[in-house]
Amino acid sequence: MSTRALTLTQTTIGKKALMAVSGVVMVLFVIGHLSGNLKAFQSPRAFNEYAAFLRTLGPLLWVARAAILVSFLVHVKAAMDLWQRNKQAGAGASRYHGQKKQKTDWAALSMYLSGPGLLFYILFHLAHLTFGYYLFGEGNVFGVEGYAFDEMNPYNNMVLGFQVWWISALYIVGVAGLGLHLFHGLWSMFQTVGANHPKYNGLRRDLAVGLSLLLALGFISIPVATLLGGLPPTTETFYFPELKH
Amino acid sequence: METRTLTLHVWRQNGPTGTGSFKTYEAKDVNEHMSFLEMLDDLNEKLISRGEEEITFDHDCREGICGACGMVVNGYAHGPRERTTTCQLHMREVFKLGWTEVWIEPWRAKAFPLVKDLMVDRSAFDRIQHAGGYISVRTGSARDANETPIQKQIADSAMDAATCIGCGACVASCPNASASLFTSAKVGHLGTLPQGVPEREIRVRNMVAQMDAEGFGSCTNHGECEAACPKGISVDWIARMNREFVRAMVTAKDDVDARD
Ligand code: HEM
Ligand code: SF4
Ligand code: FES
Repeated sequence: MSTRALTLTQTTIGKKALMAVSGVVMVLFVIGHLSGNLKAFQSPRAFNEYAAFLRTLGPLLWVARAAILVSFLVHVKAAMDLWQRNKQAGAGASRYHGQKKQKTDWAALSMYLSGPGLLFYILFHLAHLTFGYYLFGEGNVFGVEGYAFDEMNPYNNMVLGFQVWWISALYIVGVAGLGLHLFHGLWSMFQTVGANHPKYNGLRRDLAVGLSLLLALGFISIPVATLLGGLPPTTETFYFPELKH
Repeated sequence: METRTLTLHVWRQNGPTGTGSFKTYEAKDVNEHMSFLEMLDDLNEKLISRGEEEITFDHDCREGICGACGMVVNGYAHGPRERTTTCQLHMREVFKLGWTEVWIEPWRAKAFPLVKDLMVDRSAFDRIQHAGGYISVRTGSARDANETPIQKQIADSAMDAATCIGCGACVASCPNASASLFTSAKVGHLGTLPQGVPEREIRVRNMVAQMDAEGFGSCTNHGECEAACPKGISVDWIARMNREFVRAMVTAKDDVDARD
């Protein structure tokens, strides 16, 4: 007999709760991220001013970054643990002859694909627009002829990237994957934390569908608008000391 | 009375370590009033008279209350009819669907080791139940039941959970082979009633620890269990168990032992 005390994080329900909480932190970040990005439709200046403003937050920015990083790591670690466990449990969504799904949907069945897919997408995204300046300097980004960063002009860095078809394609696939992940994830999260009440259970589905669609379409609108010529690069020059690397 | 001939593909496996395979049988003169198990009984009689080994399957009450008769029929745990155990499934329901071929398999989950053919060992459920699915003091005899007034809605809700017969269809149909629906029904049924409330913190923690120790998968909220459950246990019980478990882990003053 073991005499260790049961701890929350060693249990399946505990790990799932960590995934839900870290998922919510990431969702809140993603909502903020989208509302910032949409400033591109206002004007290149509004977009760049917003980018510069974020840098003025100082310690607050670091707290937010730390919270997102910790959430990300916790989320991925718990996902890996549970995945491992489910494989050992003899699981499988079609382990019987002629089995058809009855209640579940493709979003739910693909969580362990959309999740790891997001992992790769996020690494690409960070290498592109977060650490891109450190990786490529003023040289060609991802080796694309004529696409170079201007550290004072995040707006151009983004839309010049989206004019490259394969970069846009990767972004569109990535955020569509995010939508799929959240279509199930947002609903699942309510179940995980035990937020259920007969009066409001219908709303949980509505919120998951609405928010996942809104986020996916919102993010997709930017590369699509760029490719259609709606967000041309600007010739204006900017100077924001906060954006200096 | 309608009778038909069906082609059955039945999973045959000698024991937990053997490798099984489907074997094909003709089931002749299957009549619409037979239950699914009676059809198998009839086939077994014929196999025995031909000197072949009969198909092993688990069964007991044959009235949908003991939970023994689980098997997967054409991909459906307990067959295609909603809220119906295999023993209560009549062949007319199978005829209605126009099936001429029927694939019959045991529950598949590591925590339910196969005994033989269609029969699995569900004692993992018993151990979860032993970990906390009881009240440790005497709550009186039958006539004392009415001395603790319980609101009708609460009694009804507890009864909804208590109808779980421990059949294991939830595990069998779950893409993750999770036992969350069963465990949540057992946790919820007692946790809802005044007699069960004093032990609810310790109950949920011990039962969840045992559920994990048995090697069941973890819930990702597919809802397949609810669709397969012959008693219509709702996944709302899983949400309640999750809430109760996390609350107990965070706020209970004492610890419970880990289980492996
Ligand atoms: C980066 C790699 C990621 C991986 C590997 C991953 C993986 C997973 C997996 C396997 C699940 C469990 C699915 C289930 O239980 O149904 C899940 C749930 C979830 N994920 Fe992710 N995910 C990732 C990123 C994200 C991101 C970026 C967000 C939010 C913006 C997010 C939000 C959620 C939410 C809200 C849930 C539901 C939690 C719950 O069911 O309790 N995930 N994730
Ligand atoms: S919850 Fe339903 S499917 Fe699961 S063991 Fe109980 S009665 Fe069977
Ligand atoms: S034999 Fe008892 S429920 Fe089917």
